[in-house]
Amino acid sequence: MGDELIRWRWVRNNLGDQILPALWQHVVLCAVSVLIALVIAIPIGIYVTRHRSLYTPVTFITGVLYTIPSLSFFAMLISIGIPIGRTPAIIALVAYSLLVLIRNVVVGIDSVPRETLEAARGMGLTSRQILRQVELPLALPIIVAGIRIATVTTIGVATIAAYIAAGGLGDLIFRGIDRDFSTQIIVGAVLATLLSIIADFGLLAVERQLRPWSRRRAARAA
Amino acid sequence: MAGRVWEIIQSDAFSRALGEHLRLSAWALLVAILIALPLAALVSQSPLASFLAINISNVGRAVPSLAILALALPFLGLGFRPSLLALTVLAIPPILINAAIGLREVPASVVESARGMGLSTGQILTRIRFPIAAPVIFAGLRTSAVQVVASATLATFIGGGGLGGLIVRGLQRNSPEYQLAGAIPVALLAISTELGFAALQRLATPKGLRISSRTRPA
Repeated sequence: MGDELIRWRWVRNNLGDQILPALWQHVVLCAVSVLIALVIAIPIGIYVTRHRSLYTPVTFITGVLYTIPSLSFFAMLISIGIPIGRTPAIIALVAYSLLVLIRNVVVGIDSVPRETLEAARGMGLTSRQILRQVELPLALPIIVAGIRIATVTTIGVATIAAYIAAGGLGDLIFRGIDRDFSTQIIVGAVLATLLSIIADFGLLAVERQLRPWSRRRAARAA
Repeated sequence: MAGRVWEIIQSDAFSRALGEHLRLSAWALLVAILIALPLAALVSQSPLASFLAINISNVGRAVPSLAILALALPFLGLGFRPSLLALTVLAIPPILINAAIGLREVPASVVESARGMGLSTGQILTRIRFPIAAPVIFAGLRTSAVQVVASATLATFIGGGGLGGLIVRGLQRNSPEYQLAGAIPVALLAISTELGFAALQRLATPKGLRISSRTRPA
């Protein structure tokens, strides 16, 4: 279909009814997945800091999940009877984020200096208050560093989820491949790349904003 | 169902797909190593070049693998070679980042003493800097290898073959047997790559560095 690499007329004509909706679906799919992953990872992470022996098994299991290639993960979920669409996509995307999110919650809480905790205890704060008012706020930059890595991974993997009918920018890529129409492929791939890079830099800015006092070393270590 | 999955795994089509998958992954990793390691050695001569290489590679890591493979199609067409090229591009950043960081963080005092002992720049690179950076470099190889094995599953979308083909066939025909016959081996392959390279990483750590070998930049 056509010889030119990009047909701008197609881009203009399909911006409103195909390109922007795909972009929006992509953003929603990723945001929902990362949010669900956070809701799961934060309590697990906190629990692990109180029960150290769980750290190794938890990182092992989430590490195995993280290593499973996405198309394989989707296929396994579908083969056990989950219908194609957003559900298997979100399950897999959530699973991929768990390792980095849990690890960064644990590392973040661990990074709180002992003296700070003792001062808080000396001021009469209960463990619950210390968690909410001292540990989590101080762990926040490292948790955000985890959210950043998880988000970038999720945006990338979500493109593949279009193959199992979850929608998003991957839809443009796969439809373009099917029709051998380079414009559609390039629009999908470039937008997914831009989204990923924007999320990366945007969350990096948030992370820096949250830690004006410290050097960036901990961020790199996480 | 397990019986049918096993039957598919024993078929010629499966062996062919597995062979393609392994060939794609191994070649992509090898070519990426041959490009990334010399490049890392080169940029490590200058802090600015090193900084640029690390940051550009970091942006490169943010590019979705499907985007890289799909972009190969309009420019290079369908098949094994475009897939190989795309996977190589994908494999370079993690290796380059870790090698550049690893070489950069070799203590200047160590390099100075080596020079004082009369080692040439080349000898310092091969006998001092690379061995000291080895654990970090191997961590990069591991990330890269796992990513390549996983992304080779997507090569089927641009006609590159591999185990992804079985999964796609399973999804199109709505056959859980084909889905699993592709999905389980791919998952096992990725996990064994991870474990294998983790073992290599431990072996590559020089004896004197083993105690402090816990540094592993992402």
